[in-house]
Amino acid sequence: MTDGAKVWGLHLLVLAAVFAAQFLLPPYHATNLARIMVLAVFAMGYNIAFGYTGLLSLGHALFFAAGMYGMGLPVWHLEWVSVPALIAGLLAGGVMAGAVGVLALRTAGVSFMIVTLMFAQAGYLTLLYLNSWTGGDEGFVVASAARQAFGFSLATDTPRFTAAFVLFAAGLLACLWLVRSPFGRVMVAMRENEERSRMLGYDPFRVKLVALILSGLYAGLAGAAYGMLFGYVGASFATIQYSILPMLYVLLGGAGTVLGPFLGALLMFYLIDITSNYTDAYLFVVGAALVGLVLFAPKGILGTLRERAWRWLP
Amino acid sequence: MTQKLIGVAPSRRAVLKGAGAGLLAAGFAAPVWAQAAPVKLGFQLHRTGIGAAYGRWYERTAQAALKVVNDAGGINGRPVEIVFEDDGTDPKRGAEVVEKLTSQHNCDLIFGPLFSHVVIGSAPRAGELKVPYLVCSEGFHVAGGMLNRWTMQPGITDVRAQVSSMAPWVLANLGKKVTMVFPDYAFGHDHRDFFTAAVEAGGGEVIAQIAVPPTETSFTRYLPQIPRETEVLYHVMVGPAVLTFVKELGEFYGTGAKPQIFGFIDSLEAVDIASPGLEFLEGTHFWEGHCRAQQADASEHEIAYRAAVGVDANGASVSDAKDVSTYAHMFSVWETLHIIKAGMEASRYQGTADRQKFVEAVEAMTDMPESLAHVQGDKVFNGKTHQVFGHQFISKVEGGKLVKVHTTSIEDSMYADAVDYTTQSF
Repeated sequence: MTDGAKVWGLHLLVLAAVFAAQFLLPPYHATNLARIMVLAVFAMGYNIAFGYTGLLSLGHALFFAAGMYGMGLPVWHLEWVSVPALIAGLLAGGVMAGAVGVLALRTAGVSFMIVTLMFAQAGYLTLLYLNSWTGGDEGFVVASAARQAFGFSLATDTPRFTAAFVLFAAGLLACLWLVRSPFGRVMVAMRENEERSRMLGYDPFRVKLVALILSGLYAGLAGAAYGMLFGYVGASFATIQYSILPMLYVLLGGAGTVLGPFLGALLMFYLIDITSNYTDAYLFVVGAALVGLVLFAPKGILGTLRERAWRWLP
Repeated sequence: MTQKLIGVAPSRRAVLKGAGAGLLAAGFAAPVWAQAAPVKLGFQLHRTGIGAAYGRWYERTAQAALKVVNDAGGINGRPVEIVFEDDGTDPKRGAEVVEKLTSQHNCDLIFGPLFSHVVIGSAPRAGELKVPYLVCSEGFHVAGGMLNRWTMQPGITDVRAQVSSMAPWVLANLGKKVTMVFPDYAFGHDHRDFFTAAVEAGGGEVIAQIAVPPTETSFTRYLPQIPRETEVLYHVMVGPAVLTFVKELGEFYGTGAKPQIFGFIDSLEAVDIASPGLEFLEGTHFWEGHCRAQQADASEHEIAYRAAVGVDANGASVSDAKDVSTYAHMFSVWETLHIIKAGMEASRYQGTADRQKFVEAVEAMTDMPESLAHVQGDKVFNGKTHQVFGHQFISKVEGGKLVKVHTTSIEDSMYADAVDYTTQSF
């Protein structure tokens, strides 16, 4: 079997397994899986910037929130409905990433982290200040009338799972195509050696900006979908925590692997959910797991697997 | 494709270590409460996160109420147990906790959350799961119509009622020219809007509204904005900043003339009013949802409640005088559990198939007389808006203690209905 066949076979198998899971899992876990798929889309976007292009951002909560409010505000104030609102959220994430990128990509490394963090914090505070428009720190409920798509209510289990799956599958396949495309290889080249890439004739600023916009589109779509599928838009999603989470998902699953963000989101979600049954110190357990990861598998689960066995893993 | 993953500084190892250490630092240990029972109530608890100080006392109050209910025969003759789940005071986790309590623990209903953003983030999922969700939040979002038929607030009044009912006494006793200092986000804006309207309706005037950005740690540049002719300074600063605010306010006025000062005890819940730096509060007034210090006219029920929860006459834990309670709010947990008992018994609740009957039974409630079930005082429940109305207290700081000087009438806190949830389908 060629590497290409293995790659497509594995990813399609994962998608089939995830889709089938809704029929096999109890309702609690099926809903959790819907949440995880949306969070995985967010993490996939983060992975495009960080895992493949080497842009270590601490501001992705801004892009997630841009998508969430890009969807939610038209629903609240203009009575938009699901699909147009989701598209608005997708575009809001991309536009926000582009705007931040034009400025922040003048920096690199630690400076880039700080600048993106500051933009995200400014975005969060803006949501608080514009209380009458955004609902401030309390946020707002997405009207159930707007949570209808193609005759189905996205507030019910099967349509919600299906919608999350469609977005997840589209995100995963697009990411797989992207990283195997010539542009994806240029992204990796930027990560590995920006100066050498420049000597070869590539424009690092342009490549990184495009990668960040793609990343922002993913984050925006995820934010919009999270608000639409679970019915709430709030400023807490714009806090630093939501910049750290996708990074942890990516690091746990394996930065620079297409399936890593999903695996990381899945494991982190259940690590918190299960350990919280036994102790309030669940964040301690998560922290300990991450320290263990640093010591024994610094490239994440799939990164380590790729290093030791499946060298064809994208 | 290369497998070396990142070439930017700092290294992934450093980032992982930092993230891991941060999470290690954020975690802390406490026991988990989980047990099976014939009547199983889910408690959405702010055990960690920004609401942890409240959560700790809410849990303690729930345990005390549970013991009282079980000692009296449980609900419909069945023993009652509570499953506590920490929501981290986070709306995302809050919705997940609603899911977990309902679908995995098979709880009959859920109660207990305080923070508005957690309630608003969780209520849609409760509505989708068709599980009764009884909040102890004091937010206007329930009566404001934002939520759904399954979400109710029968145990505590909302901020609109609290603020509105304070105004007549403030205008009559402290002064008619009011300056407001409030945090520049939703909580502060509720105070700004509702109190301003109530002051104007009462013939007073809000002469300045000073909004303080939530990131401020010092207030010296805002204090000169207080107009000289101010008769009453109304403040609702929250969080650790309140200590700085009070200290700087004291330095600003010094020993010279100062306006009357009125605040909300939310600023100082779980904080000893006699703490160093708070001396300037001596002689000022506060709203209290329930009097922290035991008053001379405390009812037998209030005294029994205080003993059951383990709170001394000063409002601190009987086992640690420095562990000050969130007394002005936590009675809501006690009262909500008793309303759950009353609602389940009125609807002859047998199991989750009777959840709708339970909601209808609570909606049918009206008068709630002062009793061991309603230790804070008489209340009136509005089934249409799913919101309860009750007395409020104004206390004055005297010798480092809060002494009650006024009790509002229930009617003072009422306003026109903004929603009729009973017209919504289940």
